[in-house]
Amino acid sequence: MMSELNPGIILILGALVVPLLPGKLLRGIYMLVLPVIAFAYLQSLPVGEMGQIQLFDMTLVTLRIDKLSLVFGYIFLIATLLGVIYALHVGDWYQHVAGLVYAGSAIGAVFAGDFITLFVFWEITAISSVFLVWASRNSSAMASGLRYLIIQVGSGVILLAGVLFYFRDTGSIAFNAIGIETFAGKLILIAFGIKCAFPLLHNWLQDAYPEATVTGTVMLSAFTTKLAVYALARGYAGTEILIPIGAVMTAFPIFYAVIENDLRRVLAYSLNNQLGFMVVGIGIGTELALNGTAAHAFCHILYKALLFMSMGAVLYRVGTVKGSELGGLYRSMPWTTAFCIIGAASISAFPLFSGFISKSLIMSAAMKEGHFWVWLTLLFASAGVFHHSGIKIPYFAFFAHDSGKRCKEAPTNMLIAMAIAAAFCIGLGVYPDPLYALLPYDVKYVPYTLEHVVTQLQLLLFSALAFTVLMRTGIYPPELRSTNLDTDWFYRVPGRHLATFANRFRSLTWEWLADTAVRGATKIHDALYRHHGPEGLFGRTWPTGSMAFWTTVTLGAVVILSYL
Amino acid sequence: MAADHDPHPHFETPPEERTWIDEPKNVDRIVWALYAVCGLLVVIDPFIHKHGPFEIEHYWGFYAIYGFVGCVGLVLAAKLMRVFLMRPEDYYDE
Repeated sequence: MMSELNPGIILILGALVVPLLPGKLLRGIYMLVLPVIAFAYLQSLPVGEMGQIQLFDMTLVTLRIDKLSLVFGYIFLIATLLGVIYALHVGDWYQHVAGLVYAGSAIGAVFAGDFITLFVFWEITAISSVFLVWASRNSSAMASGLRYLIIQVGSGVILLAGVLFYFRDTGSIAFNAIGIETFAGKLILIAFGIKCAFPLLHNWLQDAYPEATVTGTVMLSAFTTKLAVYALARGYAGTEILIPIGAVMTAFPIFYAVIENDLRRVLAYSLNNQLGFMVVGIGIGTELALNGTAAHAFCHILYKALLFMSMGAVLYRVGTVKGSELGGLYRSMPWTTAFCIIGAASISAFPLFSGFISKSLIMSAAMKEGHFWVWLTLLFASAGVFHHSGIKIPYFAFFAHDSGKRCKEAPTNMLIAMAIAAAFCIGLGVYPDPLYALLPYDVKYVPYTLEHVVTQLQLLLFSALAFTVLMRTGIYPPELRSTNLDTDWFYRVPGRHLATFANRFRSLTWEWLADTAVRGATKIHDALYRHHGPEGLFGRTWPTGSMAFWTTVTLGAVVILSYL
Repeated sequence: MAADHDPHPHFETPPEERTWIDEPKNVDRIVWALYAVCGLLVVIDPFIHKHGPFEIEHYWGFYAIYGFVGCVGLVLAAKLMRVFLMRPEDYYDE
């Protein structure tokens, strides 16, 4: 039976106590302690498969600890702690519960050793996280959350279908390398791909994340997509189709990021672009590449959370994160500005910042395996991400034209969370060895060579030069209040028309059916009334005389018949 | 709703709030510093030994040119996308 508990359960069960705690202070301390306990508990666990449960003829492995699951487990717990600190000022308990259950289920899924356990946690992440969107409590967040939930739960349903086929084919539900040769393998890849925001399956991310609450988006940015990256790395390492998929993912969202006005949506597009690097790493599948994916996921969660935190702080204080409305905020929020720039430098992979020491592994792997076009695409995407996340985000929010908006600096708890994340970004960038030691395979990689530093600086600074030139010549597109069409258009416009049409068709059909039925019934009723009603032949009251007459006639007939 | 007023109603930063970076002269200085560093990076390029397997990487200033051209292309393409994809902010509102 279950002797060892999945660390995710600690957070999930622990979250349920939160509403019962009186006062913000006690609740805050409790929520801070929870991930620390889970972390200490995880440290105490040995490597291996534990927590087996027999279910019919399947063996569930509810806890599997190995190097791959550990990296993701650790970073998920760090992200949980940062998310809790960042949200300490929030009084609304249900956001805290949703956030902790969500984090716990993502951690639970990472340590799942079989598909059924994975599926259960997979669906809990979907259901718990939507409350972080709905907590914004406005109609567009409600609608967006619903679309998000349908797609996320859909991913789970496809996963379950794939798992059933997989079980029929192999007789096993162990979650290991899957491969795409079988139908089951294809289904499971689609399920993972939806959660990983593959091209054309991606738009739930840019739709829902910017609609979530200030603190909710920070939590959302960490877990769902990186859980999918973990699942892909576990099930599909070395699957070649992932290389082009990942390369497309790195490139196309950055075009949208350039023209998007909502700065949290810009970050959602660049999140998508960063996932592309990880997916390429999984597709290449060498030790170097998989190390790169794990390292990049680790660093990415930290700098992406930092960037979402800084934009969340702006939203919290100013009430908007639209580039067209902002500018000049560095006066009011100097600390937030500084932390945002650190996050921006990290995602851009500047030397001495975290992105540099993790993305390099993937770039080097692509180079080493001779994927020329992929390498060229990743290089373009690297320049592009600096352009829109590294420069655009801090520039339009904190500098550019002074919008005249003045506000208070972010609350202390937000600043602390940002400071910790920023410290990680710089710390890992300067001294990557502790992270390298955590990676699934041995690392024989030196990120800081003269060649590497100089070429990266050339790429980035000339990207900055391009921005400067375009800005000064007025070619750079201004931030405009707008909506840019993405794949969600298909279900939000023609999809809705189709649904409206189907609904009208249904109601018309129903009306016709009901009409015909009523007309038929009326006809029958009228006929009955005619014959049996008060005026009907069979409904008339006949006089006694006529009855005697007819009785006599009948009897007479009987007598005559009997003599015949 | 879109474009019914100028999002930046030409706010002028009051003189007492102006800082170093608000002076156009200083912004120019930063830009010149960027030009200088970019120039330096291109000049030292031939002296950096590159180990990669792709020939293109060994051309003089490849990373610099690629970064610059890539980003200009990115922005121009994105600008073009606006023609087809941009809608008013309240486009999806019922």
